[in-house]
Amino acid sequence: MTGETLVYKRPETLIKDKGFTFCPGCGHGVVLKIIAELIDEFGIRENTIAISSVGCSIFLEKFYELDVAGASHGRSPCVATGIKRSLPDKFVFTYQGDGDAATIGFNETIHTACRGEKITTICINNTTFGMTGGQASATTLVGQVTTTTPRGRKAELTGYPLRVAETVANCEGAAYVARVAISSPKYIKQAKKAIRKAFEMQLKGLGYSFVEVIAACPTNWHMTPVECIDYIENTVEKVHKLGVFKDITEGENI
Amino acid sequence: METSIIISGYGGQGILFAGSLLCHAAVIEGKNTTWIPSYGAEMRGGAANCSVNISDDEISSPVIDKADVLFALNLPSELKFEHRIKPGGLMLLNTSLVKKIPERQDIEYLNMNLNDMAEELGGNGFANVIAVGAFVEKTKILSIDSLQQALMVMTAGKKEHLLSANLKSLECGINFMKSMSKVSL
Amino acid sequence: MTKVLWKGNQAIAQAAINAGCKCYFGYPITPQSEIGEYMGDKMPELGRTFITAESELASISMVIGAGTTGTKAMTSSSSCGIALMQEAMSAMCCAEVPGVIVSVMRGGPGLGNIASAQGDYFQAVKGGGNGDYKVIVYSPATIQEAIDLMYRAFHVSMKYRNPVMLLADGILGQMMEPVEFGQYPYKDDDVSIWALSGAKGRTPRNIVSLHMADGELEKISDRIFEKYRIIAEKETIVDKFMTDDAELIVTAFGTTARIAKSAVKKARKAGMKVGLFRPVMLSPFPEKELFETAKSAQMILDIELNQGQMLLDVKASVFGACPVEFLGRSGGGLLTDTQMLEKITALYNKIGVKV
Repeated sequence: MTGETLVYKRPETLIKDKGFTFCPGCGHGVVLKIIAELIDEFGIRENTIAISSVGCSIFLEKFYELDVAGASHGRSPCVATGIKRSLPDKFVFTYQGDGDAATIGFNETIHTACRGEKITTICINNTTFGMTGGQASATTLVGQVTTTTPRGRKAELTGYPLRVAETVANCEGAAYVARVAISSPKYIKQAKKAIRKAFEMQLKGLGYSFVEVIAACPTNWHMTPVECIDYIENTVEKVHKLGVFKDITEGENI
Repeated sequence: METSIIISGYGGQGILFAGSLLCHAAVIEGKNTTWIPSYGAEMRGGAANCSVNISDDEISSPVIDKADVLFALNLPSELKFEHRIKPGGLMLLNTSLVKKIPERQDIEYLNMNLNDMAEELGGNGFANVIAVGAFVEKTKILSIDSLQQALMVMTAGKKEHLLSANLKSLECGINFMKSMSKVSL
Repeated sequence: MTKVLWKGNQAIAQAAINAGCKCYFGYPITPQSEIGEYMGDKMPELGRTFITAESELASISMVIGAGTTGTKAMTSSSSCGIALMQEAMSAMCCAEVPGVIVSVMRGGPGLGNIASAQGDYFQAVKGGGNGDYKVIVYSPATIQEAIDLMYRAFHVSMKYRNPVMLLADGILGQMMEPVEFGQYPYKDDDVSIWALSGAKGRTPRNIVSLHMADGELEKISDRIFEKYRIIAEKETIVDKFMTDDAELIVTAFGTTARIAKSAVKKARKAGMKVGLFRPVMLSPFPEKELFETAKSAQMILDIELNQGQMLLDVKASVFGACPVEFLGRSGGGLLTDTQMLEKITALYNKIGVKV
């Protein structure tokens, strides 16, 4: 077959012939695919246990050729802890949203980071409770219109958004903490790089790794996918700034 | 034969230790025994008591309603438990701390200046163990040998340096009781 | 083997270790903190896992994680802490995750007090989680029985892939008595046929409690309830004392049943035909066994340290075969055998049986 090069192959970690069922323009599909590609690249599909959380992030077993454990609201890092402590050689990651990891389950997130639990959390931050219909979460921006803040989030009534990655980075047991976005091809490449690094941290047994991904929720933001990109880059990123907040291997070649 | 014993005093007086000493000795003799402590927010200085049952048969209720024996190592204990001793029962009273005149005619009182006796042992004495020594010498409910063995078990390891003082205190209680019975002869 | 003096909480912890418990996750609360302290000392030395979790919500979820891998794991708590675990227990029943929960009851409602009580019978047996489910509940009356039931709890939990609770009370947790630790007597089932381990050379597995497809949840519900029927048939344990010729039968569980036994013995001495029926497995409740025992009696007296909780299961089981009376005390106060005997005597005279 001369002249033919493989430019794209569907990751084996994704179930064959099964498309994502998310809303058009939703960020979940992009991130789930990045994770699947990386699991393939590391060759760890048969050694991985994923933990689904409550929210749009819940249906991992519908898309992934992976062993999956479910957790109740906010408790994915605890389930992951139980799994990792039982089977320390497995690759264990949680896939959560901001409602799960930063709102109901932030205590669990922080303590898992402090314990330096050797697991990875991918947290999709779309600043809203997507699955329940777009209510305000802990990361909702001041001024943002949601179904529970119909006139925009008012700081004097409901306070300020939680900076998730920055707070997790303060925990001594966290090895790698980053916030990325997926609103452009360049950002997607950076996001994949960050998640790869987070996975490496676990595979090398260095500690807890956490990647927060700013993603769009066009349905609940009441925007077109294109408007969402603009909103992320000009508004969301001003509050939830992109960057690496912790990297214990900084300067080292890992 | 089932004997029910309440040991009561301040936290820090070795109340729970005295109870568990009796239990350990009972186990050594193959008897059945139960021990329930009072437990609370105060670790030291608050009220402390424990309930001990020793029996040759199965012990149904570990909870003591009316006791055969009360060790009252301070005044609040005397006041709280005096009416919970069975008629014909025994109260071992620490007269170093309790100056009150006993109220009941239908029980026996054994008065001991436990704190003074402990001090006379050169600051190395334990009032709680002196009381146990006297009680066991009086009632013969357990053998002195099993109490000594129990003390060895209980002080093994980190508390080994306390063994000799405990044995001495036990002996002090036994000798007190022996001298008492000589007097009454 | 000679008997050794053990404190209830520590004996429970050691029994878990003997049963092969690989992970302990907990959060301190009186009157069961010694379980966590004991585990914190022993588990790391054995190369096993001990974590003081950030809350009871977290500790039970860690048990779930370990359970999904087929690893024996446990948590322990008391009243208000157990309340926080209810959602997770419902999820465990649905997803069929094993795990052992030790509940050492204190006084309630609210923060209540730390005295011994039995006000968490409903919490254990009926549960406060959502949906149709049953936690398997065992209730020991002595420390020896607590040890034996801990062994059983781990075995049954792994066998049926369902949470199992050991329901004790403050007195049992805090008291000491001589016990024997036998060997773990069970042969556990192979977990590799269902547990998560990474989908190596096999179809991926998922252990989750969300089932949105049409009819899926109903099938699961029917299956787990068929399982509970089998458990009721095969795993029920009751302790009957002098019930055969009894005119009056006392029903009680845990420490209260132990005190009641003393009252029953005294009643027998006084010539009254009184017996004791003690359910050792509280859930599923031994309905059939109690009905059969109650049929020949004139009256049941249910005694509990609450306002009447097991009473409802007793009444449902007796199903009108004879009247059911109640003696209870709530808020952390104990009932003595003397008080029980008074009630027994009064009721016995009421039935009009000649002494």
